[in-house]
Amino acid sequence: MLHTQVSGFKESLPSPVQTVPAKLPCNLPRSILPSPCCITSTHTVFRETIKNIPTSSHTLPPYLSWGVEYPSGAAFGAGLLASSHRSPDNATAAELYSKVRILCWVMTGPSNLETKARHVRATWTRHCNVVLFMSSVRDDGFPTVGLDTKEGRDQLYWKTIRAFQYVHQHHLEQADWFLKADDDTFVVLDNLRWLLANHTPEEPVYFGKRFKPYAKQGFMSGGAGYVLSKEALRRFVEGFRTQVCTHTTSLEDVALGQCMEKMGVQAGDSRDAARRETFHPFGPESHLTGKFSKSFWYWKYCYYPIVEGPQCCSDLAISFHYVSPELMYTLEFLTYHLRAYGYRYRYQPPLPENAARLLQRQAQPKAANATLLVQGTKIL
Amino acid sequence: MLNFNLKYLCVCMCYMCGGFVLWGQFSYIWGLFCVFVTLIGHNKMGHGTKAHHHEHHHIQAPNKEDVSNLSEGERMELSHSIRVYCIILVKPKDLGNWAAVKETWSKHCDKAEFYSSENVKVFDSVVLNTNDMWVMVRNAYKLAYERYKDEYNWFFLAHPTTFAVIENLKYFLLKKDPSQPFYIGHTVKSGELEYVDDDGGIVLSIESLKRLSKIFEDPDKCPEQGGLLWKLSEDKQLAVCLKYTGVLAENAEDSEGKDVFNTKSVGSLIKEAMANHPQQVVEGCCSDTAITFNGLAPNHMHVMMYGVYRLRAYGHNFKDLPLLPKGSLVDSISSFNINKGVKGKVE
Repeated sequence: MLHTQVSGFKESLPSPVQTVPAKLPCNLPRSILPSPCCITSTHTVFRETIKNIPTSSHTLPPYLSWGVEYPSGAAFGAGLLASSHRSPDNATAAELYSKVRILCWVMTGPSNLETKARHVRATWTRHCNVVLFMSSVRDDGFPTVGLDTKEGRDQLYWKTIRAFQYVHQHHLEQADWFLKADDDTFVVLDNLRWLLANHTPEEPVYFGKRFKPYAKQGFMSGGAGYVLSKEALRRFVEGFRTQVCTHTTSLEDVALGQCMEKMGVQAGDSRDAARRETFHPFGPESHLTGKFSKSFWYWKYCYYPIVEGPQCCSDLAISFHYVSPELMYTLEFLTYHLRAYGYRYRYQPPLPENAARLLQRQAQPKAANATLLVQGTKIL
Repeated sequence: MLNFNLKYLCVCMCYMCGGFVLWGQFSYIWGLFCVFVTLIGHNKMGHGTKAHHHEHHHIQAPNKEDVSNLSEGERMELSHSIRVYCIILVKPKDLGNWAAVKETWSKHCDKAEFYSSENVKVFDSVVLNTNDMWVMVRNAYKLAYERYKDEYNWFFLAHPTTFAVIENLKYFLLKKDPSQPFYIGHTVKSGELEYVDDDGGIVLSIESLKRLSKIFEDPDKCPEQGGLLWKLSEDKQLAVCLKYTGVLAENAEDSEGKDVFNTKSVGSLIKEAMANHPQQVVEGCCSDTAITFNGLAPNHMHVMMYGVYRLRAYGHNFKDLPLLPKGSLVDSISSFNINKGVKGKVE
């Protein structure tokens, strides 16, 4: 199903049937792919006791509390934050957490629970308001939701459809935004809240790494993660109910993008005030240091101009893909812990109007005032 | 352990010779007695070092109170007064890393120079004309002292596989007096010798460097060509020389007791943490104000620059007190632009 040609991408875009979706197989040669293409973990696995902390499970019917983790209790307690005795100021983050509620669902499978999903659970999903792990099979131990599909790449769109339907049916009121990610995607939820604070959940909009082909307004890369507003989720589910949207292809991100377009959901621009990308379909090393060969499909896919080198990526990056378990922890450490003491960041993003209203703050004038020192592709 | 053998062996030889002269036929008995004492003494020493006489010196980063008690003016003045000179020892085979270091963290030093074993066309360097690491270390320090003793008060030595956060180094040094003999880094104990592992970077105050320069002139205590019968690694040799001048190594830690100089990369330390304490991988791995990591490939340096100086979570503010004046032109991000490329060969 995936693109298995080893050499020579054609100049014109391949048709959807034989195309290369956002996910890349590991058997393509390095001359075509930036490194690393996919990462396998080799560390030893330790059995852990599962800590499921539903905050109000006793008030919900059994099917609602099962399989769900509500990290809200732990999110701003000692567990998540940098050591409390240093008392960093997380007031803004805490405010955003309560005002921009995000439900994260992670696409995984039975064979990945111990090797990948476990580390996702130990790192970035702790910052979600609600987190669900979606598998073909229900697992009470992990826990995962069972979508009643088979496993495999050709099942991806089925899993996606079922997952969103499940979320819509059981968790619609618990969040404002609904994020889909893979078990090798790393997401910085706080930066996602920053992006979404400028919008409302009633807008029919979705955000991610925008790709050009297969839909007029483009579609969002599956591996880099994408997030739907509440209204977008409603329309997606409605589309399937009315058969306006159907299972057209197993390329989950393309198919979802086409459904979104049919249902009038806008593909949003997720770039920061300096027009730098926030959702990334590859790992940080690839984007920051890799040089993509000119024949690489990526050049034709990206909706916005590709920038290579350090300006590829926003300071407030939202996601990276092809992230190994070790890199999950490393990125969590780099994002939330390691810093240069006393250093003032160069990029000081302005507070957009809607976000200001949400946080009841004084908005600053738009991007014109952003204290950036960026000149073209040369960074200062 | 072996160093000790040498020392005591020499002592014993002396006794034997002396014994022979003084007591004639009893010299052999005396000699055997010598050897016996040496072995016993050595074993005792070995155990003692580990269990009882563990003189692992620790030195800590400033507390929050230390820093917040200063007025803004005092703080600025202090941070201005810390002037760090960086010595990076390179060889032609390190060209890829050399380029990466040049483009990234070394720009945050007040001055950084590359001391090379031999001349390389692509980059400027101070040429040392030797491949021997100890001779390189020795000569680099010598030259650095001669040229810069009046301009810098802290001297940081690193290899091109090291990544350093100079701001965290300056924060660490904030309340330390450079006219005192500081010799700081990630320390290791080898027998009775505690030395700074040069893989994690070595920090010397101007006073230590001054004393080191002096002892360089003493070929018995600090020979140019390394150890007597067998070579010591350059970091051990440095420690031996410094010890003669009364300067002892200290292991640098943050206010939580975590090492700030690391001889491994973040990735390696994370891997270890995943194996050793899987419930607390990120919290238990490394210091938030780490100064060095080692074992990085050139690409990783760029990722670290992004991770340290740019990537963050919106809304989380560490409330560090500013140490640099506003409008400082310190280069925050790697200006390594892949489109421009680097002239010459870069691995």
